[in-house]
Amino acid sequence: MSNYVVGLVIIFYLAMLFVLAYFAEKNQKSKWTNNPYVYTLSLAVYCTAWTYYGSVGIASSSGISFLAIYLGPVIALPLWILVMRKVIRISKQHKISSIADFISMRYGNNRQLGALVTLTCLFAIIPYISLQLKAVSETFSLISAKGSYESTGFFDDSTFYIALLIAVFVAFYGTLSTDTSEHRKGIVATVALESILKLGFFLAIGIYITFYLFDGTSDLYSQASLQENFEQLTTFGGLENGFNWLFTICLSIFAIFLLPRQFHVAVVENDNESYLRKAIWLFPLYLLLFNVFVIFIAWAGNISLPNTVNHDYYSLLLPLQENNYGLALLVFIGGFTTVISMIVVSTLALSTMVSNNIVIPYGFIKTLVEGNPEENTKRIKNIRRVAIFLLIIIAYFFYIRFSAQLSLYSIGLISFVIISQLAPSFFLGLTWRRGTAKGAQIGISIGLAIVFYTLLLPIVSQVAMPNVRFVEEGLFGYAWLQPAHLFGLDYLTPESNAFLWSMSFNTLTFVGFSLRTKGNYRERNYAEMFVNHENYGNLQEGGFIWKGEAYVADIKRLLSRFLGEERTNRALRIFNRKYNISETEERADARLINFSEKLLTGSIGSASAKILLASVSKETPISLVEVLNILEESKETKTSNKLLREKSEELAAMAQQLKAANEELRIQDKLKDEFLDTVAHELKTPITSIKAASEVLEDEGMPPELRNRFLENINRDSDRLDTLIHNILDLEKLSGNRSELDIGEHNMSNTIHKAIKGVEQIASKKDIKIEFLKKEKVFAPYDEDRILQVLTNLLSNSLKFTEPHNGRIKILLEDLDEEVLVTIKDNGRGVPDEDKDYIFDKFYQSKNQNVKKPQGSGLGLAICKKIVESHKGSIAVDKKFNKGTRMMFSIPKQQ
Amino acid sequence: MKQKKILIVDDEPNIVMSLEYAFKKKDFEVFIARDGTEALEISDREKPDLILLDIMMPEMDGYETLKRVKDNEDLKHTKVVFLSAKSKEKDVEKGLKMGADSYMTKPFSVKKVISDIEDLLG
Repeated sequence: MSNYVVGLVIIFYLAMLFVLAYFAEKNQKSKWTNNPYVYTLSLAVYCTAWTYYGSVGIASSSGISFLAIYLGPVIALPLWILVMRKVIRISKQHKISSIADFISMRYGNNRQLGALVTLTCLFAIIPYISLQLKAVSETFSLISAKGSYESTGFFDDSTFYIALLIAVFVAFYGTLSTDTSEHRKGIVATVALESILKLGFFLAIGIYITFYLFDGTSDLYSQASLQENFEQLTTFGGLENGFNWLFTICLSIFAIFLLPRQFHVAVVENDNESYLRKAIWLFPLYLLLFNVFVIFIAWAGNISLPNTVNHDYYSLLLPLQENNYGLALLVFIGGFTTVISMIVVSTLALSTMVSNNIVIPYGFIKTLVEGNPEENTKRIKNIRRVAIFLLIIIAYFFYIRFSAQLSLYSIGLISFVIISQLAPSFFLGLTWRRGTAKGAQIGISIGLAIVFYTLLLPIVSQVAMPNVRFVEEGLFGYAWLQPAHLFGLDYLTPESNAFLWSMSFNTLTFVGFSLRTKGNYRERNYAEMFVNHENYGNLQEGGFIWKGEAYVADIKRLLSRFLGEERTNRALRIFNRKYNISETEERADARLINFSEKLLTGSIGSASAKILLASVSKETPISLVEVLNILEESKETKTSNKLLREKSEELAAMAQQLKAANEELRIQDKLKDEFLDTVAHELKTPITSIKAASEVLEDEGMPPELRNRFLENINRDSDRLDTLIHNILDLEKLSGNRSELDIGEHNMSNTIHKAIKGVEQIASKKDIKIEFLKKEKVFAPYDEDRILQVLTNLLSNSLKFTEPHNGRIKILLEDLDEEVLVTIKDNGRGVPDEDKDYIFDKFYQSKNQNVKKPQGSGLGLAICKKIVESHKGSIAVDKKFNKGTRMMFSIPKQQ
Repeated sequence: MKQKKILIVDDEPNIVMSLEYAFKKKDFEVFIARDGTEALEISDREKPDLILLDIMMPEMDGYETLKRVKDNEDLKHTKVVFLSAKSKEKDVEKGLKMGADSYMTKPFSVKKVISDIEDLLG
């Protein structure tokens, strides 16, 4: 395939990324870029050219050990989600923009430590980037001119131009905002897309090779098993290999946390903590899919291709051998895309670290303090852009110089071993509050030194000083100082050997020096905030202890140099409102210092932010005890505030309940008053009548027949009084307990019959018919006397309100599953609709209190209701029936 | 002396009966109404000197009846006396405030009612 065609495809592809990034940046809030799937896909930046090409190479020569590097992340994922949640929370709260910022802040915004972490990352990642360039360059030459392509100088090396294009892309989309804690949707969107493409193309070639070039997996297996080294490729290879597996898995676990690009996509670009829950199963699935065909491609290559070709590129060489250029081009693009996403995210993360942790704090702080906001923004952006170009160019030269000696796989491993040196200060820093900056610095330095000695020196000396023999013989001739077999352990691979010893010494010195040194109060302060994040997270700015003298005006001036006047004013307004601080307050407190530090951290990193704020304030050192006391105090205030708030809410709820209860009592009281009033009134009427009658009876001249009528009246009113008193007492008795009831099994039919007999006389006097369709036996448990009282009352009411002669009263008895239902219907004048809700109330007369009910004590229905309810039954008036009155009550069959 | 006309308004026939007997004995011309509506009808026709008015009655209560009497040009000089079982101080106050000439509570002494009413009518 022509150079130019491939070149055009590359340019076209890059143009597409530019456009995609442009749209993603423009639609920051779009659902397309803010979802857990994009987040998970961006995590897949973990899979680089090493995965895409290198795994096949390893699988073809050393079997399944390539899997270890993917097993690590899968095993670690439950831990990952726990740690990441904490890391994300802390990072969001402190506006952390890189792993260097994270570690340096944990140890009290330590400038040297930030720089050291940055350097470590540079050592680890620059070779890694050059490894990616190497892959692009080699695959480019394979596909364009069948391997005949030879670089003669970097100006006619296509890789150089590809590297420059990538640099332009990162420099443009990576530095849109100076605040590095802000998200870069454009870049994340392209990375997510690239993750889909690389997986898709890799699966495509896997399927092509397995099912088109060969006849499925079993065919491949049977052909591969004829190969001489097949045994070795499919087994673990004993204890020694077991150790190597273990180390590789550990390495990859650390890498998934600590690689700058992983930290960047997982923490800095995270929009929402809840995305982690999707990632926890989706990301391992992605890794699994990616590795499904690796072993088959490796076998296929071993079978079909000569042993002299580079095993890493089987996936490209196999379709080329079949003259399938289209597929080969796809594989190439997949690899290219893999490389781009890795380089983009890595250089973005590294350039931030270089500018915020090395360039600004060590060289530019003075200039920045004197500059105005526009100049500063421009300067910071330029620093990052230059850093991006430099990183890629350095990686390019590294590739030119060293790539011949190293495979993709070994550079990848070296990179992982170097980055692992951050593990003790990172992980222990999150869990162990004694860890200090000094311990971290010394630990990382020792670890790095050991890696250099055991892993890099042999490689460098091979290139630079081929005559020096210490690699084989050990330093000064001591065999136990042999770099690759330190302390005489000779069954480990060079990488495992380096990892084991560097990590051991790193951890030991970190712990040792941390225990010996105490660290200043800032370190203790941040240690508390990071380790016990749950306790201090909600303190926000209040978790930071600072004592000294500073003026708001100075801080404001400082902030506006970096954020601009408008943003500064807005930020301070929000701050003042949040903490209820007056706008006219002149002195700055710890919260403002911390708040400003955070604001600046986003732009220039935590170490520089600390230096800048120190320049406008006079800080008084605080003793450790004081720090801990203040922290404890603010924690307690927070807790007691919370307790107080809870208590006061409780009290408010109780007050509400009391108020409701009071209201209820008041209503009850009012009802009782009304009841008593009514009782008094009802009693007074017959008494008045009796009293008046007996007074007029004193007149001796009264005619005898009139005298008799007065005496009759007195007699009737006395009866009325008696009934009334009896009913009131009855009602009171029923309001008490059920023990008054004399319950037994009775036949309701009989009871109704008895009730009818009781009122028969009145009925026949008014010539009113009472019909009862007699049912034979309807048994239910009840107090017969009481139910008889109910029936009599209802029948008397019906008789009272029904016209003589054409009046009809019907009684219906129904035997239902759970209850006995009695209905009494008449064709009388009925109950007015507006009264139907109240007729069972005591003394209910009518809406108007001053209007008397025509007859009766006003207690009859109230008593009926009480009786029925004390049998757990119910009584009601049919609201829809308007051709008279229809009342019904039911008594359950089970008491 | 001209015979005084008195209208007794109450829905309790037994009470009315005693009062009627006692007033007639004292040479009053006695009219009887069972509720407010009836009371207004009779008042219009007979122009009584005094109305003895119960408060709690069906249809139209005593308060409403009093109001209508006082609003009527022909009747507004008629004396009205409440005779009610509502015996609380605030009930009495309310009745007097509405323009009743006196307020007597049930149960009552027939003699006292008659002597008070004779005083009222001078």
